Amino acid sequence: MNPTLHAARLGFARGWMEFKHQVTSAQDIGFVVITTAAFVVVLYFQRDATLPGTDLSLAAATLPGLLGLMIPINALMGAVGTLAVEREDGTLLRAKALPQGMVGYLVGKVVVLSISTLASLVVLLVAGLFLVPELAGTGVGGWLTIAWITVLGLLSALPLGAVIGAVAGSPQAAGGLVMLTVGGLTAISGVFYPITALAGWLQGLAHVFPLYWLGLGMRSALLPDSAAAAEIGGSWRPVETTLVLAAWAVAGLVLAPPILRRMARRESGSLMEQRRHRAMQRIG
Amino acid sequence: MSTTRELDGDLNVTNEGTAIEVSGLRMTYGDKEVLRGVDFAVAPGEVIALLGPNGAGKTTTIEILEGFRIPSGGRVRVLGAEPARGGEAWRARIGVVLQSWRDHGRWRVHQLLHHLSRYYVPYAKPGRLPLDTADLIEAVGLGKHAGQRVSRLSGGQRRRLDVAIGIVGRPEVLFLDEPTAGFDPQARRDFHDLVHRLSDLDDTTILLTTHDLDEAEKLADRILILAGGKIVADGSPDSLTRQVSRDAQVRWSRDGEHFVHATDDATAFVRGLFEQHGSGITDLEVRRATLEDTYMAIVKREEA
Repeated sequence: MNPTLHAARLGFARGWMEFKHQVTSAQDIGFVVITTAAFVVVLYFQRDATLPGTDLSLAAATLPGLLGLMIPINALMGAVGTLAVEREDGTLLRAKALPQGMVGYLVGKVVVLSISTLASLVVLLVAGLFLVPELAGTGVGGWLTIAWITVLGLLSALPLGAVIGAVAGSPQAAGGLVMLTVGGLTAISGVFYPITALAGWLQGLAHVFPLYWLGLGMRSALLPDSAAAAEIGGSWRPVETTLVLAAWAVAGLVLAPPILRRMARRESGSLMEQRRHRAMQRIG
Repeated sequence: MSTTRELDGDLNVTNEGTAIEVSGLRMTYGDKEVLRGVDFAVAPGEVIALLGPNGAGKTTTIEILEGFRIPSGGRVRVLGAEPARGGEAWRARIGVVLQSWRDHGRWRVHQLLHHLSRYYVPYAKPGRLPLDTADLIEAVGLGKHAGQRVSRLSGGQRRRLDVAIGIVGRPEVLFLDEPTAGFDPQARRDFHDLVHRLSDLDDTTILLTTHDLDEAEKLADRILILAGGKIVADGSPDSLTRQVSRDAQVRWSRDGEHFVHATDDATAFVRGLFEQHGSGITDLEVRRATLEDTYMAIVKREEA
């Protein structure tokens, strides 16, 4: 029995178990219900407006953008949050005390964050299709594009989240910073309204980050080809989408292992204790 | 105890000579020197209590031995390997119970213990398979709570789970950092039984830190006192007590009057007392220096 493979398999078991814990947690379910409900309300109010230059409803154009947004919300913020919290509560140190425990831990995280991201995508898609039934006719090619964009999105979000969670001083600081960043990017990435309405320099800024491309990729999958007219350059730009997302994924995958190794090496009980004391001072 | 060790000796073929070897161990944080030349060795199957005042470096020492911290200098070997470079097969032979753990709150007790035990499966040796998790849950007194979420356990129950997790892989060397902090007397008694069983039946080498001198005396074959960054005392509870003071205090009453006398040969003194006064002696009490007296004397001497 190869011990590393064995630990990786245990990681799958761990990820599945943690997903089951999420599904049975009122807090986690509440979070999914509230975000989904908020997005559905947005779609509801957009149902009568149309996408400029087309006769598609604005809601139909927003739903794919929201699907793209679900990836950083779940995978990136999830990775940052769990890693920062689990460095503090000792989960990581527990993994370190086991043979091949870090392998199991990381595989488990990738699995649980991927499954929960997929689950949230499905929930939003099902809820959204009631309001924009014209998107239900998506063909096989469209679903494959959704799958491809989702995989690229996870690959760009998870390692990046792990890096941020590993270097963050405290879970609160990390969570707050990432939430602000994702919020700011949401405003400029054409999620709720076409990006072409924004100033040129803001458009340029949005092009650097994955969120705009995730939304664009999802729109290319779900909207009719004629809707490309509303995009920059009148095209879905699939090559550029793949390149930018892949670049983020590669950067994250290159950076994450050494940073995670460094974090794991430095982890110790007294360090955990210090962080716990700081956390208690923040509360007290 | 030594007979048990001989009987089970063949279980432990990989432990040659010493289980833990520390020499000239130094640790500095910035310009603060926490450990300044710590030396000791632990034989396979020994139970060692590491005592010392707060901030003496007990946790630092244990973390270095666990491989969680890299020392500033000196030589450290645990089961023949340098802990910081021990590798995964070495890790599988080490059990760790840290001071504070609040992890895996959503897991159920049996789920978590079972999951963690499976990491040891590829490393198990014939005759030293991972412990059965249901038995272990009973052994640490969590039988009624096996299906409970970890976050619902009380402080003492949580600690017992930590101990169970630390030993589930049947480690050859077990590190326990203040394992009984927050235990009620019954839990403490149960824990002591468990340590005795591990040491007697499984030949586990155990290094524990504690502030409870009574516990140290009950559990440990040998006591190490760490003060001022060095080991200042090393010996069985008895020999340490004798090092500091051979004197015993003899108290008695005669004709309603109370007497106290210090002597290094209490038996001869009491015999003389009875020869002289016979049944006139009442309320006889002979009290040797306790481990607590010894500990206080040694630490005071070091801090002076």
